[in-house]
Amino acid sequence: MKYSDYYAALGVARGAAAEEIKKAYRRLAQKYHPDVSKEPEAEARFKEIAEAYQTLKDPEKRAAYDALGQRPQGEEFRPPPDWARQHAGGGEGFSYEDLDFGDLFSRFNTRGARGGFERANASMPGQDFEIPAEISIEDAFNGTTLELQLSMPEYDGAQMRRVPQVVKARIPPGAVDGQRLRLPGKGGKAFNGGRAGDLYLDITLKPHPVFRAADHDLFVDLKLAPWQAALGASVEVQTPGGPVNLKVRPGTSSGQKLRLAGRGLPRPRGAAGDLFAVAQIVLPAQLSERERGLYEELRQASGVDA
Amino acid sequence: MNETEAHCLDEHRVVSLHELVEFSGLSRDELLELVQGGAIPVREAQGTSYFFSAHVVTVARTACRLRDELELDMSGLAVALRLLERVHDLEGEIARLRALLPR
Repeated sequence: MKYSDYYAALGVARGAAAEEIKKAYRRLAQKYHPDVSKEPEAEARFKEIAEAYQTLKDPEKRAAYDALGQRPQGEEFRPPPDWARQHAGGGEGFSYEDLDFGDLFSRFNTRGARGGFERANASMPGQDFEIPAEISIEDAFNGTTLELQLSMPEYDGAQMRRVPQVVKARIPPGAVDGQRLRLPGKGGKAFNGGRAGDLYLDITLKPHPVFRAADHDLFVDLKLAPWQAALGASVEVQTPGGPVNLKVRPGTSSGQKLRLAGRGLPRPRGAAGDLFAVAQIVLPAQLSERERGLYEELRQASGVDA
Repeated sequence: MNETEAHCLDEHRVVSLHELVEFSGLSRDELLELVQGGAIPVREAQGTSYFFSAHVVTVARTACRLRDELELDMSGLAVALRLLERVHDLEGEIARLRALLPR
């Protein structure tokens, strides 16, 4: 495992008083909490800060942490031979395999007389996990199955370890940006008959070369030649369900939204979103002599310059 | 490997107060305080039983994280949730306006 310098994470000295540690945590948590922060890497930074504070705010955990000694951040290391027995309630054969540094302290029981990992026979619910999941607009339209590669902490009453797991999640059609999905019982395993944790997916849509999504509505550029916009036309428009013909009325201006009702992303219940083709009048980069002449003629016939 | 159906936490699904307690990690009293303050909207009330649209599970879980990780009290939580809701609505409006812009 890699050593984490918890004091450095909070920006305090190793001898800092409890109150100083608390103040440093609050200041950093307000800045980096992922629910309120727009700082880059806020989530990863907050995870470090929270892990450091969870250990340093508790006198027994802090003593156990200090007993590991000071090392450079990220250095590969193993706790001293008798550390688990003295501080973590681990007996002979306690293994550090498959553990992250933070796992050493996460199940620490501070209520018992001698501290250590929780050994009570009481049931313990599994932990909930929340992870991001990126899907395409086609996946949001049709539904999809995601294979999620996870590393879940498991606790068997004496030892905690990280176990790789694959969860196959069926995503129903209509999951859009910002949508949360719940997979009951697919979070952390329970101990002694408690309820298994849940897995939450936080959906984001991948940028698409054609469509732009806003909730269940989709927007697509509709490039029109000036004469199509002026005289009207029937044009083919891409939708996630396949191309459809759209009638452009004479006198269509740039920026006008032409609505194709129900051609956006489906909703689990109720009407699907709409698809809006946004008209964009595009002029050829170069005009032929004849085209130039016709535009000149048009200018004279219209009698206006703008 | 079995597939697990993911449940959309949207306005079409309904959860009870009991489920909201279980899913969010907040206590019943804390949730009721947020409900009474208007920070968590009720979909249907049958006597003393409350039912919610499932999308509030996300709101309630956020509240639980803010309570634990920013050590906010209940009135701080209620204010934070209202501000986050406004941010969410504004981000939705920005996304819609951006989607209108040509590439």
